[in-house]
Amino acid sequence: MSGILVVQQAGRSRISMEALAAGRVLAGLTGLSLETAAVGDPNSNIFVESAGQPPSTAHAVQHPLIENYTADGYVLAFEQLIRKLEPSYIVFPHTYQVRDFVPRLAARFGQVLIGDVTSIEPGPLFLRQLFQGKMSGSYRHQGDGPCFVSVQAGAFPADPPVAGTSTILPFTPEIAAEAIRTKPGEPFRGSAQTVDLGSAQLIVSVGRGIKDAVNLPMVQELATALGAELAASRPICDNGWLPMERQVGSSGQTVAPKLYLAIGISGAIQHLVGMKGSQCIVAINKDPEAPIFEVADYGIVGDLFEVVPALTEAVKAAKQ
Amino acid sequence: MKIIVAIKQVPDRDAQLRIDAAGKWIQESDLQFALNEPDAYALEEALQLKEKHGGEVIVLSAGPERVGTTIREALAKGADRAIQVTCDDLGTRDALGVARLLAAAIQTESPDLILTGLQSEDLGLGQTGVILAELLNLPHATLILHVEKTDSGLTVKRELEEGWFQTIEMPLPAVLTIQSGGNKLRYATLMGIKRAKMKEVRQLAAADLGVDAAPVVVLEQVTMPKKQKSTQMIPGTPKEAAAALVEKLRVEARVL
Repeated sequence: MSGILVVQQAGRSRISMEALAAGRVLAGLTGLSLETAAVGDPNSNIFVESAGQPPSTAHAVQHPLIENYTADGYVLAFEQLIRKLEPSYIVFPHTYQVRDFVPRLAARFGQVLIGDVTSIEPGPLFLRQLFQGKMSGSYRHQGDGPCFVSVQAGAFPADPPVAGTSTILPFTPEIAAEAIRTKPGEPFRGSAQTVDLGSAQLIVSVGRGIKDAVNLPMVQELATALGAELAASRPICDNGWLPMERQVGSSGQTVAPKLYLAIGISGAIQHLVGMKGSQCIVAINKDPEAPIFEVADYGIVGDLFEVVPALTEAVKAAKQ
Repeated sequence: MKIIVAIKQVPDRDAQLRIDAAGKWIQESDLQFALNEPDAYALEEALQLKEKHGGEVIVLSAGPERVGTTIREALAKGADRAIQVTCDDLGTRDALGVARLLAAAIQTESPDLILTGLQSEDLGLGQTGVILAELLNLPHATLILHVEKTDSGLTVKRELEEGWFQTIEMPLPAVLTIQSGGNKLRYATLMGIKRAKMKEVRQLAAADLGVDAAPVVVLEQVTMPKKQKSTQMIPGTPKEAAAALVEKLRVEARVL
């Protein structure tokens, strides 16, 4: 096909449609044609949802041994599909599953995945974040092989669905049972979720800048004054200072409150994907170049140990 | 178990980063470097496995001479010995090129288990472990929080998105990328630091490993990120800024 193949993931329709939108950007820049592929039955949702959206050809990759995801199974299946279709670009949504198998798939072709791409520019150049979001890097693919790209959640807004039909072509790879070396178990929930940050209207969230667990009551006091839920970035929960269920980010909860107050949070992408949909974001950080300020509506550069108590007082005063 | 932990030296988290004159990377002179934190969790997992099951923990790192300090830090925490792939052009190699160096070094050891952090704090590619598994033709699992040795291999706990987990059984040898937070990190003791000075660091020159260094993916340019929103920065003393912020949240943003 020598075009662009967008690989979608069943159960992750939103980011899959964003990958399709990214594929369209790439098609616009390169003039190449676009097709899609996903693992699943031709009648499954992932094909129904993209029906009629150009492109109109979708490849349904099916085999009993890839009904449950394993990296070995998916690498074999997509290796064969790519060898058959010979696309110039393969675009994936940047999900945990894609992170798990696509670097291996790309290496099998002597290629490197350009992962977590936030923008595609003429060249094509692929932009992605460096240094936890403090810098941005533009990457170029060179040589003859296929170019593997994955796109960050939220970076390419999905186009609204249009009615129509697609041609769905079944593809059955050859996979031997012994080629799959890992045995995955059923997904399970960590602990009973007793905190639903998703429905909170106001969230005060704390990060590494708090330095020590003994300083947390200061932030709790602000949360109490505001009537807000207390949340945290991953390192705080990794240290056991707050329970995992209060974690916001790609591995924790996704939140979209009216007000998100980020205290001492630098704003690594893993955190931002969990909160950037908030209506109003306030960041308090000592580093004026912290990436959290890129998504903040209001920012205070300063020592949180001085700003937070002052803010608690100001909130209390305003409520009187 | 013989365990190799691949670790990376990265700019310290609090370092002020500046783009270099060519716009291709950051200025490295006067920069503080540290052990990549996810790799610290991989090292911790390896040390705990050794404490339970015996064996040996070998740290492996590629890079210029300065990487030696991070290797000593890992040895001080309890790794038994180290391999340093000396390489001054690490930055011009892509993820596959770096993984080829590490794989060539690993092949001189035939370990039972290879661990690395899920991603680096500088490039954030999150691919080295997975590519290593492909180059070594070993099974792999990513984002692992817990590793249990069984009679037939390993049972690992893998993190999925949004608070879900999964258990995976796999044979050895294998490659795992370790997620942070599964264990509590240890500090190097004074005794550990003393002992680290005596431990073996085997040097392998990248040029002698005979691997392809030509990249297929090139970092063309490093820039400051584009702002997604226009942020109102609120000046003043903490007290003034706090009062101004509350006022703006009430009147402008209407969220209080």
